[in-house]
Amino acid sequence: MAVVEENPGYKWVGTRPIRPDGLEKVTGKAQFGADLMLPGMLFGKVVRSPHAHARIISIDTTAAEAMVGVKAVITGSDFPDLAANGAHPSEIDVANNTIAREKVLYEGHVVAAVAATTRDQAEAAAKAVEVTYEILPHVLTVDEAMADDAPLLHEGMITKGVDPAPEEASNVASKILHERGDLDQGFGEADAVVEREFTTKPVHQGYIEPHAAVADANSDGRAHIWCSSQGHFQMRAYSASVLGISPGMLKVTAAEIGGGFGGKTVIYLEPLAVRLSQRAGRPVKLVMDRDEVFRATGPTSGTRIKVKMGVSKDGKITAAEVWMAYEAGAYAGSPVGAAGMTAIACYDIPNFVVEGYDVVCNKPRVAAYRAPGAPMAAFAVESVLDELARDIGMDPIEIRLANAAVEGTQASYGPKFPRIGFVETLEAIKDHPNYTAELGPNQGRGIAAGFWFNAGMMSSATVHINENGTATVVTGSPDIGGSRQSMALMAAEELGIPYESIKAVVADTETVGFNDVTGGSRVTLATGAAVVDACRLIVEDLRARAAKTWDVELDQVEWVDGQAQHAEGAQPPLSLKDLAAKSGRTGGPISANASLNSRGVGAGFSTQLCDVEVDPETGVTRVVRYLTAQDAGRAISPDYVEGQMQGGVVQGIGWALSEEYIHDSDGVMENPGFLDYRIPVASDLPMIDCAIVEVPNPAHPYGVRGVGEVGIVPPMAAVGNAINDALDVRMTDLPMSPVKILEALNDQGD
Amino acid sequence: MKYVAPSSVEEATSLLSTSPSAQVFAGATDVVPQLRAGRPAPEVLVDLKKIEELVSVANDGDKWTVGAATPTANLTEDEAFSEEFPGLAEAAGLIGSDQIQNRSSLGGNLCNGSPAADSVPAMVVNGARAVVAGPNGTRVLDVAEVVTGPGQLALEADEFIVEFEIDRIPARTGDAYLRMIPRTEMDIAVVGAGARVTLAEDGSIEQAALALAAVAPTCVRVPDAEAALVGKTANDEILSAVAAAASEACDPIDDKRGTVAYRRQVAGVLAKRAVLIAIERAEQRNGTN
Repeated sequence: MAVVEENPGYKWVGTRPIRPDGLEKVTGKAQFGADLMLPGMLFGKVVRSPHAHARIISIDTTAAEAMVGVKAVITGSDFPDLAANGAHPSEIDVANNTIAREKVLYEGHVVAAVAATTRDQAEAAAKAVEVTYEILPHVLTVDEAMADDAPLLHEGMITKGVDPAPEEASNVASKILHERGDLDQGFGEADAVVEREFTTKPVHQGYIEPHAAVADANSDGRAHIWCSSQGHFQMRAYSASVLGISPGMLKVTAAEIGGGFGGKTVIYLEPLAVRLSQRAGRPVKLVMDRDEVFRATGPTSGTRIKVKMGVSKDGKITAAEVWMAYEAGAYAGSPVGAAGMTAIACYDIPNFVVEGYDVVCNKPRVAAYRAPGAPMAAFAVESVLDELARDIGMDPIEIRLANAAVEGTQASYGPKFPRIGFVETLEAIKDHPNYTAELGPNQGRGIAAGFWFNAGMMSSATVHINENGTATVVTGSPDIGGSRQSMALMAAEELGIPYESIKAVVADTETVGFNDVTGGSRVTLATGAAVVDACRLIVEDLRARAAKTWDVELDQVEWVDGQAQHAEGAQPPLSLKDLAAKSGRTGGPISANASLNSRGVGAGFSTQLCDVEVDPETGVTRVVRYLTAQDAGRAISPDYVEGQMQGGVVQGIGWALSEEYIHDSDGVMENPGFLDYRIPVASDLPMIDCAIVEVPNPAHPYGVRGVGEVGIVPPMAAVGNAINDALDVRMTDLPMSPVKILEALNDQGD
Repeated sequence: MKYVAPSSVEEATSLLSTSPSAQVFAGATDVVPQLRAGRPAPEVLVDLKKIEELVSVANDGDKWTVGAATPTANLTEDEAFSEEFPGLAEAAGLIGSDQIQNRSSLGGNLCNGSPAADSVPAMVVNGARAVVAGPNGTRVLDVAEVVTGPGQLALEADEFIVEFEIDRIPARTGDAYLRMIPRTEMDIAVVGAGARVTLAEDGSIEQAALALAAVAPTCVRVPDAEAALVGKTANDEILSAVAAAASEACDPIDDKRGTVAYRRQVAGVLAKRAVLIAIERAEQRNGTN
């Protein structure tokens, strides 16, 4: 581990205890979204569009309603017309994506849902719902969607961010632009210029657990939802909006979550389950098949990106020009904005133009996926930088060091960076034995870097001291990457009691204060800070109780190693256990709440080193060695930090080599399962070596930076650069499949 | 849908004769996913795994007999069999995951009728025969004759395969099977190549067999490659001829797993490599068994 700043004597922070959720998960006891059973519960099934783009002429539910066991059938007309109520366009999009009204915009778009006594009855009833469609021409890619005569998904869509606003509607939802300096001058100063065009396919988050929700509606309009999500407060807000009710009418309980990676920050099933439950008067469970997960949830954008960059002989980047178009799927909202802000954020570049387009097309609406938008842009920029380094004969680490953003650099997207650890990640790679490991025949080595902002946002936490001096830490942040362990470790450090004496739990929307989604790598930072705040309130309270017990001034009491100590040793110490036992005599239960809007995020940087071996006769690429160096600020739980670093790399390798949405010419997905949507399996990968870099974030009590996302930003370029190093072919189209690599090698031979 | 598990071949054939829409299965690793994917359910599902002779691996001195429903894990764990037919054992061991290996079988892999079945080219090059039971007793077919097109079999609706017979391997003979998949496991062959070679005492090739998977509607033999090898000692020129013949024998399709051009080119590569492995194994097996 590359520790930049030594651990200042923490007892619990930075240790590797057994994970608190492990036992229930390995014994099958943990309750995931689909596990809940309620008395009298019905099973629901969703009816989906078989067409990529069509007008709904009619929906006839009479046959389905008449079937044995069927208790409710709903369609878009069972939900309020949000447009008529003056809702924000983004809310209307969420509602229309949840269940289609006039048009279906992608294969898999929901048109109706049924609830019946058994699963088989529900499936039969779903098939009996008769939908008449008028099929419309569709567009599947940014190229098709941006063509002059392209059919429109939304007849009134006028591109935002263009001045003056265009008069004609198009499939381009918005344009973004970041500029600095003088591009012509910058390219004029360059000794080498490389210009390349890249394409990437939509890829899915690939979480193992399909979406699932149970709803139990009361006759007074209130309802209880159990679901697996990355934020049950968010599920409450979105569901209430789609249903046209106040969020307070809904209580949402978070199930254990089997992966999300951003894809479970949005709703699909919850409002449908509530409406079915209201109509049937019984609880209703909706669970997606894997096929539905692929056709209707996730993915992230397919893209086309052009990059032109110039460098001087000494490796300084003089100019960068980036053009990118991101598929949004059916509704506006691709991550092109974040892509524009992150694309060149690793580097201090005097002259640049970054231009991006958010483009709708007839595919499922994209959802957040781990550092949304950044990986595709990094694939393009880091591939071009690799080529520039080769052109001027410079080491790929040195060229990055020559341009690296440091504290005080004006970031390409605006603000000045506070203390950051990019340079330290580059040095950690250079210092690692993998950097100089010998390469075999047909092997190559690639390097790439990545940046991600990390989010802060709002969090709440409550800490209760139990009567025996143990503690319960309550938050509303679903634990998707080990947050219960991190919360318990920070609480142990603050309270001075063992990690094992603390239980961290995730409470429902009525039991704990508001928490934003578990996303943006924000939970250990922001919810963690709330836990620290609450613990510090507890310690203040404990000191006051000790002072009262001893009849001394508060400043005479110190809190050391989990006990109140008299500053001059005039009293025997009072442990947390002692104080808890006497709480009834010193003011009652010991408990504290803290709520906050995060005080400052810590930007994340990752540099990665990849060795591949390519079979030149079959085009098959195997990753033989991989190292990832990432600035964690402070690794509260190093096991989980490494898990995040490795997880990001693994998903990135899948994106690089084998994952892609494949559609036929009718816009129907051809590979909606893990057989032909190829996420890497364990045997596809070497051990992913981790170098945790710790450059503390000054805005967090323990120096935490988010760690969940940036790891997925560099891998595609690292793999592509390694393939180029092995065989001298520059791959610009993801995934870099055996078919494409063999084609490239055949072209090279011509 | 009814599930029945007959305990004898006779019981099974009589069930099939009386229930026209009955469907036999061994490990159900193809049948169950197909039913889940919406394929019409048969009236009766007939589980063949409870019939003793369908789950056995035996060697009578002249030939091996492998029950059609024998889990491929039993086959790959049989050291004597795996040593004699390493190519066939490897091919059988490629089907699915470790869990699937406890259910998947040579009979199921063949009768699913997939052009991409891994064990089929390996059985074909080893001259495997299928013993087929029907209402009028048994008949024997070459494995190469069983599949007539994707999902199409030369068996009648009331017939099923009881076991496979494979003659003991001759001296100086080796087999091999290779497949190309984009990942390392849990996948379906984009191209597969099985080879078997028998060497003469002088080291030249006396007999050769080459069969390809996933490049045509059924498993295909490559007689031109076999002819190019017989009587020769493998060298670059001959191996190039083998690769060219293999590419030529392909009649592939473009699909989500690969392109026509890719399959043709890689069929040649794998054919060449499989032949080389088979020769190496043949050289190591100089004596008789």
